[in-house]
Amino acid sequence: MEKQQSVVFDIERCKGCELCTAVCPVDIISMSEEINSHGYHYAEVKEQKKCISCGMCATMCPDVVIEVYKEE
Amino acid sequence: MKKVAGYPDSLTDKQFHYCPGCTHGIIHRLVAEVIDELDLKEKTIGVAPVGCSVLAYEYFDVDMHEASHGRAPAVATGIKRVHPDKFVFTYQGDGDLASIGTAEIVHAANRGELISTVFVNNAIYGMTGGQMAPTSLEGQRTTTSPFGRDVKEAGFPIKMSEMLTELDGSAYIARVSVHDPKHIRKAKKAIKKSFEIQLEGKGFSLVEVLSTCPTNWGMKPLDAIEWLKNNMIKTYPLGDLKTPEGVE
Ligand SMILES: Cc1ncc(C[n+]2csc(CCOP(=O)(O)OP(=O)(O)O)c2C)c(N)n1
Ligand code: SF4
Ligand code: SF4
Ligand code: SF4
Repeated sequence: MEKQQSVVFDIERCKGCELCTAVCPVDIISMSEEINSHGYHYAEVKEQKKCISCGMCATMCPDVVIEVYKEE
Repeated sequence: MKKVAGYPDSLTDKQFHYCPGCTHGIIHRLVAEVIDELDLKEKTIGVAPVGCSVLAYEYFDVDMHEASHGRAPAVATGIKRVHPDKFVFTYQGDGDLASIGTAEIVHAANRGELISTVFVNNAIYGMTGGQMAPTSLEGQRTTTSPFGRDVKEAGFPIKMSEMLTELDGSAYIARVSVHDPKHIRKAKKAIKKSFEIQLEGKGFSLVEVLSTCPTNWGMKPLDAIEWLKNNMIKTYPLGDLKTPEGVE
């Protein structure tokens, strides 16, 4: 089965602080070119397949932006 | 796919008003996760302070009460004594708890009130624009110590947690930090333990959480995390400072 999205960002809540980007062990979180309605560049993961669902980004995020899913 | 991290039930869906990268938000999430895990949502009454977290009552999806500056432990005392079956916590900054509210926290701890305090130490007055707090580090520049805190004139960074361990009424006192995921997990454990101490009727409990204020420290969020790690922990060592079982 094709792997679904492992990490989901509620981009409207993101304030672009970048704290999540620094803790990802596989370094796949980057900041968007686009801005959200508050004017922040939001965090995003383009290579979902590389995500190991460790949850570190969600642990670090001060704005509860991130949900992480793991294959059962 | 199983959800391994997400939005806690005990937070409302309101977006925090905190500045980007301010770790108040991490601490809010941890408190809410612990309330969820201990199934306390329906029996919790929280007391919010004056400071940047003055609007905490908007974010925790539990009953909340606002207190005037520094008085959260006194308000919480009243609530807990009238409702001994409720779980009562205060959430307070260092300006709130270690300056104007020093008397309230000391006497609540000394009386062994069955309340739990989450003490957010960011070494500055955040809400009012970055003035020196009693907790500001030696040499730390703030708007009221532009050349750095001079301990000869302004005294030393106050170690509230260590002071409170000396009181017979306090049962559990710990200091934690939220500068990386490993420490955030430890911080959550300590908050959970402090809540359990109240539920077990053992006495007053407090967890001091070292936190950032990127805006008033004048730093980018990631630099503020580094500054906390490299400077604050030296003055404010981490760990359990007092437990009912004793400390190593
Ligand atoms: C009686 C009273 N005195 C002073 C103030 C002004 N005041 C508001 S918040 C604050 C300090 C907040 O600092 P802290 O508790 O460290 O919280 P932070 O904003 O850093 O989270 C002060 C002095 C007030 N609101 N009420
Ligand atoms: S869950 Fe882990 S691997 Fe996946 S994006 Fe977050 S930090 Fe990176
Ligand atoms: S830590 Fe949270 S708020 Fe900060 S950039 Fe990442 S997702 Fe956005
Ligand atoms: S002023 Fe400081 S403590 Fe207050 S929300 Fe902004 S970063 Fe956080």
